[in-house]
Amino acid sequence: MAYKRQIDRLPIIPADAKESNVTCHYCIVGCGYKAYTWSASTQGGTAPNQNKFGVDLSKQQGAETAAWYSPSMYNIVRQNGQDVHIVIKPDKDCVVNSGLGSVRGARMAEMSYSQQRNTQLQRLTDPMVWRYGQMQPTSWDDALDLVAQVTVAVMNDMGEDGVFVSAFDHGGAGGGYENTWGTGKLYFGAMKVKNIRIHNRPAYNSEVHATRDMGVGELNNCYEDAELADTIIAVGTNALETQTNYFLNHWVPNLRGTSLDKKKAEFGSEPVERAKVIIVDPRRTVTVNACEVEAGKENVMHLAINPGTDLALFNAWMTRIADKGWVDKAYVDASTTNFDQMKAANKLSLEDAAKITGLTADQISKSAEWIAQPKAGNARRRAMFAYEKGLIWGNDNYRTNGALVNVALATGNIGRPGGGCVRMGGHQEGYSRPSDAHVGRPAAYVDQLLIEGKGGVHHIWGCDHYKTTLNAFKFKQAYKKRTDMVKDAMMTAPYGDRPAMINAIADAIKKGGLFAVDVDIVPTKIGEACHVWLPAATSGEANLTSMNGERRMRLTEKYMDPPGQAMPDCLIAARIANHMERVLREQGKPEVADRFKGFDWKTEEDAFMDGYHQHEKGGEFVTYARLRVMGTNGFQEPAVGLETTGPVAAGTSTGTTTGEVLKGPAIEGARGKEPVQKKGAPTSGAVSPASGGAERILGTKRLYADGKFNSKDGKAKFMETQWRGLQAPGKEAEMKKFPFLINNGRANITWQSSYLDQDNEFVTDRTPYPYLQMNPQDMDELRLKQGDLVEVYNDNGSTQAMVYPTPTAKPKQTFMVFAQANGVQGNVVSPGVNEFIIPNYKQTWASIRKLADAPEGVKHLSFKSLDYTA
Amino acid sequence: MSRCDRMVDVGRRRFMSGAGLAAAGVAVTSITPIPAQAATGAARVDYPVNRLANVRDLKLNEPLNVSYPDANAPGVLLKLGKLVPGGVGAESDIVGFTTICPHKGFTLNYGAGDRTMNCPGHYSRFDCEAGGQQIWGQATQNLPQYVLRVDDKGDIYAEGVDELLYGRLSNVL
Repeated sequence: MAYKRQIDRLPIIPADAKESNVTCHYCIVGCGYKAYTWSASTQGGTAPNQNKFGVDLSKQQGAETAAWYSPSMYNIVRQNGQDVHIVIKPDKDCVVNSGLGSVRGARMAEMSYSQQRNTQLQRLTDPMVWRYGQMQPTSWDDALDLVAQVTVAVMNDMGEDGVFVSAFDHGGAGGGYENTWGTGKLYFGAMKVKNIRIHNRPAYNSEVHATRDMGVGELNNCYEDAELADTIIAVGTNALETQTNYFLNHWVPNLRGTSLDKKKAEFGSEPVERAKVIIVDPRRTVTVNACEVEAGKENVMHLAINPGTDLALFNAWMTRIADKGWVDKAYVDASTTNFDQMKAANKLSLEDAAKITGLTADQISKSAEWIAQPKAGNARRRAMFAYEKGLIWGNDNYRTNGALVNVALATGNIGRPGGGCVRMGGHQEGYSRPSDAHVGRPAAYVDQLLIEGKGGVHHIWGCDHYKTTLNAFKFKQAYKKRTDMVKDAMMTAPYGDRPAMINAIADAIKKGGLFAVDVDIVPTKIGEACHVWLPAATSGEANLTSMNGERRMRLTEKYMDPPGQAMPDCLIAARIANHMERVLREQGKPEVADRFKGFDWKTEEDAFMDGYHQHEKGGEFVTYARLRVMGTNGFQEPAVGLETTGPVAAGTSTGTTTGEVLKGPAIEGARGKEPVQKKGAPTSGAVSPASGGAERILGTKRLYADGKFNSKDGKAKFMETQWRGLQAPGKEAEMKKFPFLINNGRANITWQSSYLDQDNEFVTDRTPYPYLQMNPQDMDELRLKQGDLVEVYNDNGSTQAMVYPTPTAKPKQTFMVFAQANGVQGNVVSPGVNEFIIPNYKQTWASIRKLADAPEGVKHLSFKSLDYTA
Repeated sequence: MSRCDRMVDVGRRRFMSGAGLAAAGVAVTSITPIPAQAATGAARVDYPVNRLANVRDLKLNEPLNVSYPDANAPGVLLKLGKLVPGGVGAESDIVGFTTICPHKGFTLNYGAGDRTMNCPGHYSRFDCEAGGQQIWGQATQNLPQYVLRVDDKGDIYAEGVDELLYGRLSNVL
């Protein structure tokens, strides 16, 4: 029997409940929500004057009503030390989601820490340290002193290169501008740490170096463009599952033809129709199915290419479009360079591309028509290019990314309505850090260095390598061994004798041990190896700013208390800096200690004003007070002025504004927007009214609308991107040796690595183990039944999954849910990376064998098709 | 333990947890939206016992439209021909579900081919043979299923619902 809550009524939000702005904690789309809180001892009523909605709740409400919330949207939490009811429900007035809630975001309330209702009691409440052979609670001062003493000891012995860091660089929960600034100021300001990596990859690099090198920031359009496009080209993105409400609220209207009025209003006499969609993905996803349901099969082209051959397809598109004379010559002449060189270098015939991709020449030429053949009246076809992890974690990331941007530029589709060439995104964004130029490019392959025994102390911020890295099996083995050495050493000294303890730890480090500090909101898998856990607050337990996939920046207001002693990451970083400063002074190193000044923040707002407000492009216009007024719609970055001043700054960099850092740091300090960092103080000349001012902020709907790009000459540069087969070392041999493709990615029901979902009964009831979608014929050959646990194994390692029969899966091409605790797909991913240390998770091949019949927790599951049928 | 046993295991996550069922009931009372009855009110809403149909009215794998717990709450009865979770009748194969999607309130369509309820709004799917488990979709609840009973005459009665119905903050208005 499926999990049922047995809840048959919920408390009603009273008319005077407190209302807070919330942006969903989870994915890039950043749906708008409102949190309503009120005292636990009171309640609203069904009469219109007794509830927040002003409607008669004794009546059945209709479809899409704002006056209803599900049990997952309700909880009881602490707010300023008092018990309050809370409802977190989608906001109908937010332009992002228009009241839609996904299966992930609509559980935010239920996924909150509640001692009253036993939800998320896994949350960390106290700093914890390795003491007497297990993790034990301690005070902040004790834990921070230990961290500071060991970190300084390692710096003394190995220099700052002995300090290894893994840190989130994103927005939303476990990130945000406040917290990337806090960690960034510590590791790139006070220190110059170069052995640092990001949450989902083994180095400090961009997932999209190529587009940035071409002068094209990767989040350059707006969600409305999906409603305006003639053709949407979706590459390696399963938007219905992973950017759900962007797809439902902005793609579907165009697929259904219900955005035609909007198109007519925008484009006048230009011919418009419902959208056509091209989906490049080896797997038939639920997104493909939904597109066919909405637009009709005749308007959907699913190009199920051979895995990892996207680049050949894009070069063939480029060649075909140029041969047919469909290039937007005026645009290319005015705004780009290097077109002819690119065209010559990337030339690839339909036939050659067909051989590589497994498509037919006709499919390739037809899709090129859908992209670029002019419409009636010779009007340019508006094509929106959207890509995500299928490309980013796919074969030859750099060239493939560049090749797709080539096509978008050649067809004049960046900076214009109905266009864009954008990544779809995973997390929200929220990057604000001092320059990372010292990291270099290619950046250090941090996971390999850790395996090789480098480094003495490892600070981990919201990352879990055990679940979310490549070569995870070998990483875990090496990491456990090194951290166990320190654990064993810590058992040799009384915990209360700090000098003896530090000596014991330092000795173990000299012998190859590693001291590990894990900052997170929950106990993690890698945390099992760590010596200190520091409890962090998450979104809603502190104020938090982030931006979504169209650069829409919002403030999530604090609506509840963090669990126990937990603090926002930015303040944890500040307190680590304070303690390091103290320890360094005690050791008679005042010149080093001075570098750790400037961390006297008391609140997350202090960190925001120190970081984003002072350093980010347009940041001078942005304050908490103004963001509160902007509600769940916020504004689109960069800010260019205030309602009271009008636009006073350029929304798009042309490379001419003095002081901007272009092409400098390894990842240009940017995630998505451009160019973010300024040297020194803001130069717009706008007087920023006192921070209490609550004027509305003016933003930027699309980047590059003026045809000027992010390069010194303001022109985008075409990239030469020849096909070179499977690029990452070892992949070609792996493909030949092992029978099954282990494609991988996220699933609809669970957010990211399931760090909260693992403690949610609705989710664990449906997915007790990561599923492995498998063709039934393959199952027969291996004598597998639905729900069986299987071992997936190759030379990199082994892992487990639950078989989900999938008739639409191609034979020998499986798909496994990524980053799950009960079966780590990364265990079988090879260490092979590209020239900038970008992993290639998707092209993984392995063998499969049965481990066990479906366990008890699996027997009740439905294994029916995920695809909707009308 | 068979899966059917879990249906009555309401304690898997009690509405107010940390206590036994009786204590949980008291706690619920304190936050019910009927203050005047708080002192004596029941922990759960009182469901009507409604006769929905007779077993003779049901044909294999053909949905019979009903409504429960009132006329504004449409649903179906299904005879599935095999033992299924929550099933009643001689073959434990008769089940009933709401036909309003718990995501955004759209009307679900029954797919006889694979015995699922399908939402045209946002493509959510629920398995009628697995207690209404959401196969895929955006609802944060599995499909509300009726608690059914069949009497000696073959009359089918609904006596409760196991999840909150869309569009109402109390299953019984």
